[in-house]
Amino acid sequence: MTSDMVYTTPIPFLAIMVSLIAVPLILLSRNRPNLREGWTLAAALVKFALILYLLPAALQGRIAEFTIIEIARGIDLQLRVDPMGIFFALVASSLWILTSFYSIGYVRGAHEKKQTRYFASFAVCLSATIGIAFSANLLTFLIFYEILSLATYPLVVHKESDEAYRSGRMYLVYALTAGVILIAAVGWTYLLAGSADFVPGGLLAGIIEDPGIARALFIMFMVGVGVKAGIMPLHSWLPRAMVAPTPVSALLHAVAVVKSGVFGVIRIVGFVFGPDTMQAFDLNLILAVFAGATIILASLIALRQDNLKALLAYSTVGHLSYIVLGMALLSPDGFLGGIMHLANHATMKITLFFCAGAIYVNLHKTEISELDGIGRTMPWTMSMFAIGALGLAGVPPINGFVSKLFLCLGALQADQLIMLGILLVSGLLNAAYFFPIIYRAFLRKGDSNAARFKEASLSMVVPICIVGVLSVLLGFFPNLFFHFYDLAAAAVDGITGITSDNVLAGTLP
Amino acid sequence: MIGAEAPVFIPLAFLVSAMLALLLGVISRPLAYVTAIVGSAAALFFSVRGLQAVLADGPISYHLAGWMPPLGIELYLDPLAGFFCVLLSGITLLVMVYGRHSVQHETPRKEVPFYSLAMFLVGGLSGMVMTGDLFNLYVFLEIGALSGYGLVAIGDKRAPVSAFRYLTLGTLGAAFFLLGVAFIFISTGTLNMADIARVLLVSQPTTPIMLGMALIVVGVGLKMALFPMHAWLPDAYTHASSTATALIAPIGTKVAAYILLRVLFFMADPEYVRHDIHLTDVVGYLGAVGIIWASVMAITQKEMKRMLAYSSVAQVGYIALGIGLASPLGFIGAVLHVINHAFMKACLFLVSGSFRLRLGHSSIPKLDHGVGRVLPWTSAAFSIAAISMIGLPPTAGFFSKWYLALGSIEQSNWVFVAVLLISSLMNAVYFFRILERMYLKPRSASDDGKEAEMPQQAAPANNEAPGSMLVPTLVLAAGVLVLGIMNAWGISHIIEPMIPEGL
Repeated sequence: MTSDMVYTTPIPFLAIMVSLIAVPLILLSRNRPNLREGWTLAAALVKFALILYLLPAALQGRIAEFTIIEIARGIDLQLRVDPMGIFFALVASSLWILTSFYSIGYVRGAHEKKQTRYFASFAVCLSATIGIAFSANLLTFLIFYEILSLATYPLVVHKESDEAYRSGRMYLVYALTAGVILIAAVGWTYLLAGSADFVPGGLLAGIIEDPGIARALFIMFMVGVGVKAGIMPLHSWLPRAMVAPTPVSALLHAVAVVKSGVFGVIRIVGFVFGPDTMQAFDLNLILAVFAGATIILASLIALRQDNLKALLAYSTVGHLSYIVLGMALLSPDGFLGGIMHLANHATMKITLFFCAGAIYVNLHKTEISELDGIGRTMPWTMSMFAIGALGLAGVPPINGFVSKLFLCLGALQADQLIMLGILLVSGLLNAAYFFPIIYRAFLRKGDSNAARFKEASLSMVVPICIVGVLSVLLGFFPNLFFHFYDLAAAAVDGITGITSDNVLAGTLP
Repeated sequence: MIGAEAPVFIPLAFLVSAMLALLLGVISRPLAYVTAIVGSAAALFFSVRGLQAVLADGPISYHLAGWMPPLGIELYLDPLAGFFCVLLSGITLLVMVYGRHSVQHETPRKEVPFYSLAMFLVGGLSGMVMTGDLFNLYVFLEIGALSGYGLVAIGDKRAPVSAFRYLTLGTLGAAFFLLGVAFIFISTGTLNMADIARVLLVSQPTTPIMLGMALIVVGVGLKMALFPMHAWLPDAYTHASSTATALIAPIGTKVAAYILLRVLFFMADPEYVRHDIHLTDVVGYLGAVGIIWASVMAITQKEMKRMLAYSSVAQVGYIALGIGLASPLGFIGAVLHVINHAFMKACLFLVSGSFRLRLGHSSIPKLDHGVGRVLPWTSAAFSIAAISMIGLPPTAGFFSKWYLALGSIEQSNWVFVAVLLISSLMNAVYFFRILERMYLKPRSASDDGKEAEMPQQAAPANNEAPGSMLVPTLVLAAGVLVLGIMNAWGISHIIEPMIPEGL
């Protein structure tokens, strides 16, 4: 990377700070709900605009950097906007805007208590997520990662019921345990490499020689980020955390928090260990075994769920491991499919959660067995639900198909036929657990009084339709919005070390 | 110029105001409070000037009454000691300001001896930080300790018993220390620490030196409540008044830890301490056991002050662990944790005092979600300090643990790494227990028995602690954040230049 490709700008820092600055404003205007929600929306829009502003340069291959302060001896609190980072930041910040609108409709419709705390915590979470996306080194990543863990806790226990407390405690136990293991892993890496920077192709490439150390360190890292990424057997907190209000489940447990974990896997596989080191010590096999098992098991468990949000939670667990599996394949198309799935799963899963929330607020129904005939009551919502569900099952032309296609190609590239099989079987299982819902909603007759048209409030339906349509459009044109495909491809090129030079010279790694 | 004379002015400011507080207190009780504040402010001023002078011109060696060391007593101010003095007098000032309502509320009509003893205590402690002479160190140590016993005794009904226990063990510690000093003196013929270091470097290590070092470690270990010599601490901290605890807990044990650092790494040759007599190993593993043991004890406590007291024992363990690593990273971690913990613990004990004033108790099972609304700012300060105690970024506590963890990994000491990580989680258990109660509704299972109380819980009025208590608490909480974010500056400017060569 030549130095003229790197430029300094405080914009990434501002993008993080926007929502933090909004927090005191939200707290101060707690008695004026409209103003309070105004701050949330303003912060969401400004944040998105700032990140969008960084996009053109990132597409030209220029990388924005900003050093905030030397946070520990030898390590800066540093932000770097590389393709991978801005990819994730765009996904999170654009969906935050939609979630903000949706949240307002949801918390007011459901008469949630402590809305101020809710919106304030949400804003902190988003700051932390963007911080994670833009982290230039492991320590910066770790700091934002821990902030995210803490800020999510008030949202998980939001309902203040016994179940919420239990889930909240469980979440804390998982998140904090993972956090301290991650601290040790980061410290160890820093001592081994003398630096904690994310380097495309691997910070530790060529540094570790002892397979024992490589495996121990890798497993520590995977436990650290695997909890948030929902890799089995570290996933149990995720279905439990569904006790939180639905927008929280939607944005945090489908986009921000779990994707931060997956993003961590991407960073660690691609930027800390690097494909060569992974291959040399068979680390990819460890990852592939766990990811593959998670995909199948989570889908099987999802089959047995009657609670809609629990089903979505297990579906999330399974789909997160698609991304992890994509990393484990260590082939360019595998990486590409995984990274694409990070965005695609986000749009599809947020659609489904939004729908589940709309059903809950509108009809106070949470169980799948109660959804007979609901397609006639809430046609818009349930159509979008069908799109999201089909997408997750991998039906073209929805965007889930695109990423799954690349994942399958990646499996072929890597000669991993078992993985290819897992991906295909899981597609069937996805169809198997989503189909009954669609069947009930549209083909079964509900009880008579449910049959009349009663759609959710506009501030919920409009975001639902936007994310649903987004999923379809991204399926047709992966590059339509913000050049997602180009960004993902650029990130993959960085990891695998493919540049135009070695393609022409025929020396592909 | 004040800078060069600063070493003598700092303890003087405290000691003079201690005596003035007694005299003026006879005239009017509030005057004792004012005197203590003026004295601490003066000490803070001298400390800052001293630190400035040290950073600009290098260490200051002040010879008391003009007698040249090694015969005369030397006060020695280097960047680390200078920074410690600023820390010590700064926290003293905050705690003294805080004392106004709290002391009146908890120990009425005892303000005058309270402030006088508090000033004697910090006077002794500041002397300990700066002195370059082992015997003089003992004198200051006893000044601090004796006033500490008195200060603990001014507490609730059971305080005198705790104070007596503290006195017995503390005197034992002092006796060990003195005995150790005697051994060192016999072997080296000098009491000046720099002189001893020179002699030890060229002389063959002998049994008396080894014995002397070990005795000093035991003596200082007792003072810093190093496991298993911590028995005096939980009772003393629980039964002393909140203000006294907030003064003794952050500063008292930390100065003892600082002395341990000085004796092991500056007076003796670190190489000798580490490899020939394995003293640092002993200290480190005692610290590690203490961390786990005290954390378990903290989890089982129902009284917040007692829980914080056990947590103090655990935190002292971190410092001991850093000393045990006997490496630059361990040194950084230990010193940083001394500083960080002073801030965090002072903040937490001040909060417990505010709870006692406003809620009438600081018992954990009796806390409920009203606390977050009755004392919003105090609760916020508690949250920050608690997060720092758990060791989550970006608070100060994270960074001291970070360096300690780095140091442990560097030496492949996985026991220490595991202890650090597990204790973090245990800290989380006992602090989140309180945070949950402070901010969230009580769990419905316990609701049934408390139906009668529900109406008044429904709308708790904001009844924040008075400004004189709130401002110091918030300053300390802000300090926890600032120390966390600025830690690299402090390390590169103050701690790193002080890393002894032998490490």
